[in-house]
Amino acid sequence: MSNHTAELTHEVHRDDVGARMGMWLFLFTELLLFGGMFLVYAVYRHEFIDQFRIAAMALNTTVGALNTIILLTSSLTVALSIAALQKGNKSLSIMLLVMTNILAVAFMINKYFEWSEKFQHGIYPGSETLLNLPDGQILFYGLYYVMTGLHGLHVIIGLIFLSIVMVFIFTGSVNKDSYVKLENAGLYWHLVDLIWIFLFPLFYLIQ
Amino acid sequence: MANSTIAISEKSYLEEGTTKKASGIASWLFSTDHKRIGIMYLITISAFFFIGVLLGVLMRLELIAPGETIMDAQTYNVIFTLHGVIMIFLFIIPGIPAVFGNFFLPLQLGAKDVAFPRLNLLSFWIYLIGAALVLISLFVQGGPIDTGWTFYIPYSVRTNTNVSLAIFAAFVLGFSSILTGLNFVTTVHRLRAPGMSYFKMPLFVWSTYATAWIQVIATPVVGITILLVILERYFGVGIFDPALGGDPILFQHMFWIYSHPAVYIMILPAMGVVSEIIPTFARRTIFGYRAIAMSSLAIAFIGYLVWAHHMFTSGMSQTATIIFSFLTFLVALPSAIKVFNWVATMYKGSIDPKPPFLWVMSFIFLFTIGGLTGLVLGALVTDIHVHDTYFVVAHFHYVMFGGTGTIFFAALYYWFPKITGKMYNIKIATIGAALFFIAFNTLYFPKFILGYMGMPRRYYDYLPEFTNLQIISTIGSWLMLITIVLIMYNLLSAFFNGKKSEANPWGGVTLEWHTDSPPPLENFHEIPEVTKEPYDFSQLKTMKHVPKGEEYE
Repeated sequence: MSNHTAELTHEVHRDDVGARMGMWLFLFTELLLFGGMFLVYAVYRHEFIDQFRIAAMALNTTVGALNTIILLTSSLTVALSIAALQKGNKSLSIMLLVMTNILAVAFMINKYFEWSEKFQHGIYPGSETLLNLPDGQILFYGLYYVMTGLHGLHVIIGLIFLSIVMVFIFTGSVNKDSYVKLENAGLYWHLVDLIWIFLFPLFYLIQ
Repeated sequence: MANSTIAISEKSYLEEGTTKKASGIASWLFSTDHKRIGIMYLITISAFFFIGVLLGVLMRLELIAPGETIMDAQTYNVIFTLHGVIMIFLFIIPGIPAVFGNFFLPLQLGAKDVAFPRLNLLSFWIYLIGAALVLISLFVQGGPIDTGWTFYIPYSVRTNTNVSLAIFAAFVLGFSSILTGLNFVTTVHRLRAPGMSYFKMPLFVWSTYATAWIQVIATPVVGITILLVILERYFGVGIFDPALGGDPILFQHMFWIYSHPAVYIMILPAMGVVSEIIPTFARRTIFGYRAIAMSSLAIAFIGYLVWAHHMFTSGMSQTATIIFSFLTFLVALPSAIKVFNWVATMYKGSIDPKPPFLWVMSFIFLFTIGGLTGLVLGALVTDIHVHDTYFVVAHFHYVMFGGTGTIFFAALYYWFPKITGKMYNIKIATIGAALFFIAFNTLYFPKFILGYMGMPRRYYDYLPEFTNLQIISTIGSWLMLITIVLIMYNLLSAFFNGKKSEANPWGGVTLEWHTDSPPPLENFHEIPEVTKEPYDFSQLKTMKHVPKGEEYE
């Protein structure tokens, strides 16, 4: 080790633009994952237009709307949390993240009751009641469970993602000057929200 | 986010890692150094390649005579499925990008590492998990998957073999591929050396960049398709199941929306390697640099829109088949642009036929046959005649094995001195390249004729009139096995006991040749500044490392 290289040894490479870019690319792949499902939805909606309409009427629009409001609010709290951290208010930032997580859990609880109500009526993939319905309705419920289920999985992943970043804020490794991890977690959360914004009208509103 | 607290020293990456411990297996398995990760991929991928080869040899042995020879029909189904799954998901898709992309992308860009080194290690770990799942699926209850590597529904839902685990492995491997892709895209955008504008990047970087985009864009679609098949098997969701109103053709569409672009994930990096090797051994700057760079992007783009040519006989609408046939012809154009530019580069060059160059020559020959027979399959009328016959098998082996496989070896021979600092036996390498060419054509050319005569693919039995050609093909498979063993022996013995190589034995001028061989941990002793075009051989006058006998005053 010669002397003139000594100063290079402590240089820490940091590239926030690169980190955000990586996250956007990842979100792009998530969109395409759901894109495949939206494609399938479009094909079958076109093929079974009447059956889809009838099946959609059995979904509870109020619960769906409530969940939409919950998720939209959680997107607001996560955005505010980033702003709070940028302004150096660590405790407010953490509090807003806790609120986001509470809203996410509320969304899942709502979803749980919604699904279990359907289960009680005997409507779930492979059930006898469902198999006796016309093909279009079987497919509608198949898509409903797969797409909202996949979305629910993403809510849980987002919840974990936000919680990990919250710990980082707490320990100080994510802070006023280095907050790209929080931004990326926020981006992920907005994606989860955005996908729901499309799922909600496709399943609950178009009747 | 690179590991950056490591001092720059005279040691190579083989002697000094990113982990606290300097040696031992852990210093490799937990290393975030792109070069070590590349080597680990090389070892795993080569091992799976060899398993795939052995399975292929077994299939050929079964086909040496009509009727049951060494295995029953079900075993044959399992073996051709495994041969496909291993060769495609574990060898050829990750092959060049994960091994040589990892190793040389940062070097050619003049960077210290990829953009996300820890993510890079995670990709490798995910790859290992996926590979382990494939192996586990062979031994758990239900038996190995027997659907063919395309997992077509409804059979993949009805069969009792272990489909779910095997295709979940493909899902996991896809995840690894996505992470590698987004890592490379970000690397190219963010970590180019000072002075390296987009049009001063080496062409291997361009093609790896285009590949990385396909990995990011196409892989999620097969991910969701695979998840749907698994859900279909466990819960009977009905999306692809005709009994519940679903549509199996939709599965084929969604499968090929990924799997056709995946073909370009396989071939594009190989084309990039060719664009590196030809200028170096012809001592001429590449002809049509921009045309080659842009044709990579064109292939990535058009390649995304041709998937349904795998399904001409599936009962799609006539209009759709005509459009997809047209687009298929269109995608041949950028490939042809590349071939013409490569040949033009060699014109009036000072050609030095060393082993890497010989491999490239056999690539151009085999790939041209593979590409042109692709047009036979892309045309609607002829496709119906040869659909699902050995003609298709021969076509994609010429493109995939003759194309990407050949270049995998070419890249190994070209960059071996760079990776290890050792030199292999040139004479054995030359014999290996020649033997490969003979073995390859003996093995696969008869399949074109067999297919044209009507021999269907994936059958373990055949009519007696096909016997002679099948025997020739089987003899070819033995020759191929011998050749591959010879190649592996040559490289391994060079690695362990080989002579020390010069730092730049071929006189390459792209950035990886500007540093030592093997490179130090952070690649360059000082960050290079790029002023010249990538294939400007006047750089040899000022470079630190030049081949013996080419020193300038």
